[in-house]
Amino acid sequence: MSEREIVFENVSKFYGEVLGVNRVNLTIPPGITGLVGPNGSGKTTLMNLMTGLLRPSRGRISVLGVAPDQPELLFRFLGYCTQFDSFPRGMTGYQFVYSYLRLHGKPDKESAEMAWHALERVKLTDAAHRKIAAYSKGMRQRIKLAQALSPCPLVLVLDEPLNGLDPLVRAETIALFRALAEEGQHVIISSHILHEVDAISDQVILLSSGYVVAEGQIHGVRTEVEDHPMQILIRCSKPAHLASRIFDLDTVVEARVHNDGKGLLVRTREPERFYLMLNRLVVDGIDLESVAPADDDVHSVYEYLIGTDGGSI
Amino acid sequence: MNPRPWNLWRAQVEAILRLEIRKTLLARRGLWIYLLAFAPAVLLWIHAGLNLRHGRVCDLGKDSLIFAAMFQFFYLRLAIFFGCVGVFMNLFRGEMLEKSLHYYLLAPVRREVLLVGKYLSGVIATSAIFCSGTALALAALFVHVPRAAAEHYLFAGGGLGHVLGYLGTAALACVGYGGVFLVMSFLFRNPIIPAALVLVWESMNPFLPSLLKKISVIFYLQSLCPVPAPIHGDWSFLAVVTEPAPAYLAVPGLLLVTFAGLLLAARKVRRLEINYGTE
Repeated sequence: MSEREIVFENVSKFYGEVLGVNRVNLTIPPGITGLVGPNGSGKTTLMNLMTGLLRPSRGRISVLGVAPDQPELLFRFLGYCTQFDSFPRGMTGYQFVYSYLRLHGKPDKESAEMAWHALERVKLTDAAHRKIAAYSKGMRQRIKLAQALSPCPLVLVLDEPLNGLDPLVRAETIALFRALAEEGQHVIISSHILHEVDAISDQVILLSSGYVVAEGQIHGVRTEVEDHPMQILIRCSKPAHLASRIFDLDTVVEARVHNDGKGLLVRTREPERFYLMLNRLVVDGIDLESVAPADDDVHSVYEYLIGTDGGSI
Repeated sequence: MNPRPWNLWRAQVEAILRLEIRKTLLARRGLWIYLLAFAPAVLLWIHAGLNLRHGRVCDLGKDSLIFAAMFQFFYLRLAIFFGCVGVFMNLFRGEMLEKSLHYYLLAPVRREVLLVGKYLSGVIATSAIFCSGTALALAALFVHVPRAAAEHYLFAGGGLGHVLGYLGTAALACVGYGGVFLVMSFLFRNPIIPAALVLVWESMNPFLPSLLKKISVIFYLQSLCPVPAPIHGDWSFLAVVTEPAPAYLAVPGLLLVTFAGLLLAARKVRRLEINYGTE
């Protein structure tokens, strides 16, 4: 088992006769990994399996070489911000994080320092001594994040971590995730806000009805969706003129002038070949500003694979 | 693996105790346990107050027999029994219902260490409550007898040994019933079922064969009670201990039964999953 990756080997989880996830095979490298899928697709189940809160019905899981059924080893390097919105009774925000660190066996002074540091990172020092029961939704989300971050883990598993955060804190939290990923840590995030996942993820895992329908870097995933030809936006002068020339290419399925009249939308099954041919097509009198994939994002891939069209790769 | 895990485990158990004892002692839903624990003391203090007010002199010997009966039939068989149902059945199950158990399961704590920490917190809390109740009730016995008679009973008549015996038995009852109901909390969702099952088993104890007798808590506790309960007639079977175990066997026997329960609970806690939706 890899000591640098999170590995799922043929993992299935059933709740009685109800399917949680089925035959999941995954290898998650360091960086930010987005877990994407509709409600009930198995995102939280996958995270709970990874962290040992659930045991797989079948298969094996390894998190940097450690099995999740060894919490005494796993949580030395893993922090999990769950979606559970319930807390031990009567605790203040500070006590919540401090006591968690004491459970790690850390001494009083070190626990206090680390707790304050974590509270500072999520901008919650002012409310640290208030009871969690009096916190707003966003504050409860931040205190859970502080708990997960407090022992400075190598792997952060975050179930909808941006829920309830205001835009400023949201932007700061995303920046924090990026910084952690750049340090070589694993940050695994589930979110239903696709543009956020798209903006922050190095790779994505798409889930639907308990199955992994796609995984990897989003560009790689997109190129494998063969049912839907790749859409390319060409910003240029004289788009209609370019369109007439492009129609001759056998790789092109569709070409139409963009709504704003300043570009051309092309659909092709062979983007690499199309790019090569495009160079030869551009003739004098057409100024090419940019050429970029137009549906090379999580939103499009999600729609193609999980949306009403369905489809498979 | 940590080369000195005992230091780590001790620190983790201390952290669990800090969280749990306060929670158990101050829980509003546990008020009825205080009522059970202190009701006999309140009654005895009222009785003592009335005697003092009317200048009645009491017979300490007779009162100590009444206390023995009350301790065996109410305190051990009902108050501590149900108090332990309330505390130990909720150590894990209660947090599962409140959806807060994951707080512990997300920390790098061996599940067995968590079990020990929670169990000890329950033992400390219930022992503090029921030993205080016992001590207060015993104090009420001595407050309305002449001082000389009380001192004679305590220091020359073996009374001090009786007091320590009652306190020790109350604490051991919390240890024993705590272990039993902790393991039951992993086997049953509804606390009424195990409470009824164990109550029936404990009541059947006088009729059980010698070997089965020993797989119970009340057998050892009755053997440890310093004064036999003076019950005659139809209910005398509850008071009579056939083949009582001497203290040097009763204490290890009770601890063995408890340890067996905790071993079973450790197996269960190792496989515990967080699935709040099904609770």
